[in-house]
Amino acid sequence: MTIKGKAYIAGIYEHPTRHAPDKSTAQLHAEVAKGALEDAGLTSKDVDGYFCAGDAPGGLWPMVDYLGLKPRHVDSTETGGCSYIIHLGHAAEAIAAGKCSIALVTLAGKPRTGPMPPRAAGAEADFEAAYGATTHNAYGMCAMRHMHDYGTTSEQLAWIKVAASHHAQYNPHAMLKDVVTVEDVLNSPMISDPLHRMDCCVVTDGGGALIVTTPEIAKSLKKPLVRLIGHGEAMKGPRGGKDLDLTYSAGVWSGPRAFEEAGVRPSDIKYASIYDSFTITVLMQLEDIGFCEKGKGGKFVADGNLISGVGKLPFNTDGGGLCSNHPVNRGGMTKIIEAVRQLRGEAHPKVQVKNCDLAIAHGTGGLLGVRHAASTAILERV
Amino acid sequence: MTEAKKYPTPQGNPETQPFWDAAKQGKFMIKRCTACGEPHYFPRSICPFCFSDKTVWEESSGEGEIYTFSLMRKSATGPYAIGYVKLKEGPALQTNFVDCDMDKLKIGQKVKVVWKPTDGAPLPFFTPV
Ligand SMILES: [Zn+2]
Repeated sequence: MTIKGKAYIAGIYEHPTRHAPDKSTAQLHAEVAKGALEDAGLTSKDVDGYFCAGDAPGGLWPMVDYLGLKPRHVDSTETGGCSYIIHLGHAAEAIAAGKCSIALVTLAGKPRTGPMPPRAAGAEADFEAAYGATTHNAYGMCAMRHMHDYGTTSEQLAWIKVAASHHAQYNPHAMLKDVVTVEDVLNSPMISDPLHRMDCCVVTDGGGALIVTTPEIAKSLKKPLVRLIGHGEAMKGPRGGKDLDLTYSAGVWSGPRAFEEAGVRPSDIKYASIYDSFTITVLMQLEDIGFCEKGKGGKFVADGNLISGVGKLPFNTDGGGLCSNHPVNRGGMTKIIEAVRQLRGEAHPKVQVKNCDLAIAHGTGGLLGVRHAASTAILERV
Repeated sequence: MTEAKKYPTPQGNPETQPFWDAAKQGKFMIKRCTACGEPHYFPRSICPFCFSDKTVWEESSGEGEIYTFSLMRKSATGPYAIGYVKLKEGPALQTNFVDCDMDKLKIGQKVKVVWKPTDGAPLPFFTPV
C-alpha cells in the first residue's frame, strides 16, 4: 500500500495579510478556504473531507458548522507547525481509501494581534513547567549542543537568514523585505544563546489552505498538476531521559520514509521548503532528511547555497518564516504552498527554479529541544 | 532576580506524589524498572522502555553534568538559564541553572541539585558544583 501519486494538490491559498486585528480567526479560516477553493476552481459544496489543527477555534465541530461543510471524512491531528504537512499525508491516505475525494485543509490565526491560548498541560507539566521552556530557548538548546558537537557557527546559521532575505525582497507580502548580511544577523540582539533576533522567524497573523483531491478530479481542473509521491511523519521527545540527543530531530525518520515511498533521493530535489522557525531548525532538518551528512549542515548552508539561482538547493523562495510569513506560529502550511507554486511555475520570476518538477516540503512542530513532530512531503509536477 | 522568582506549585497526582513527598525531605527521586534495569525521569508507573509495571523509586545522587543550555536574555521575571542535565544515574532532565554566574556555564560542567521553595513541595534546580 502506498499513497504515491494517489492525491493531487489542486488548490492553494496564502492569506496576504500579516496583521489582521479587524478579522476573527474563524473568518480567516473561511477566507483561506474560499481562496484555495477558487484557486482550484471548486466550491465549498464540493468539499467532502476537512482537516484542521489546534489553531481552528473550538476544533472540528464549530469549524465544520461555521464553514457550512458536510464532510464524510475529518481529521484534527495536532502536531503544531507541521500539522498541515501531516494533514496532507492523511488526506492522501483518505483519498486513496475512497473516504473522501476533495479535502480542505485550513490554518489561520492572529498571534500578532494577541497572545495565543496556552496548550493543555501534559504529563510532564509538574516536572518542566517551572523552567520556562519557550520556542527561543528550546531551539537555542539544540543550537548550543550542535555547535558543541559539530563546530557549527553563528556565521553559518546566519547564512540561512541571509538566503531567506534574498528571496523575501521579491515577495510584496513579506513582512521583512530588506536583504540582510551575515554581519547584520550577528549584530542583532542575542535573544537566547546562541540565537540572535535575526535567527528567529517573524510573528504574523494570517493563514493558508490546501485542496487535496483525486487524480481524476485534479485532471478535470485547470491548474498545473502537482501530486504527492511520498510522505512521512514521526515524533521525538526525551522519552524518560535515556540517551538524550538534541542534535537531531524526528526528521531522521520522517524524511527517509518519504523518500523511500517516493523512490527518489535528496539529490533529485530541485526545490526545498524547510520550516524555518529558527535558523537552527533549517540546518538540523537539512541534515536529518538527508541533504548533507549529520554535522555538515553548517558548511552546506554557508556562502549562499540556499539562494535561488546562486546555490545548489534553493529553499523557501517566498522568504519563509524568517522573513515573509509565519501564520499562527505554524510554518507547515506556507511550506507546502510555496513548494506547489514552484512546481506550478508560479513563484516570483526572480526566484522561480527552472524546470522545477520535484520539490520537498518538510517541517517540525512543537519544541525541537523538548517534544516535537516532523513531517515530510515529496511533491512532483506531472 | 532569581531570588524574587515565584515558581509554580507542583500539583502532584497519585502516580507522582511519592516524588514530591521525598522532595520535601530534600531527596531527589528517579524511577528504575526492575524488568529491564533502566532508570527514567520524570517518573512513570509503567516503564517507557519495556512497558513493565515493575518500576521502583530510587534516590538519585542529584549529581550530573550539563548536556546543553540556553540563556534567555529577557523575560518577565528576568534572565534565566534553561538546560538539560545528564544525571550520574543516566537519565537526562530539563532544569534551570541557578545560584551561579550564568555567563560562565559550559557544556560538560558538573552540577548538583538544589531545591527552590513553592507554596507546596519544593522544585529541583541545578547549580554548578
Ligand atoms: Zn523497563
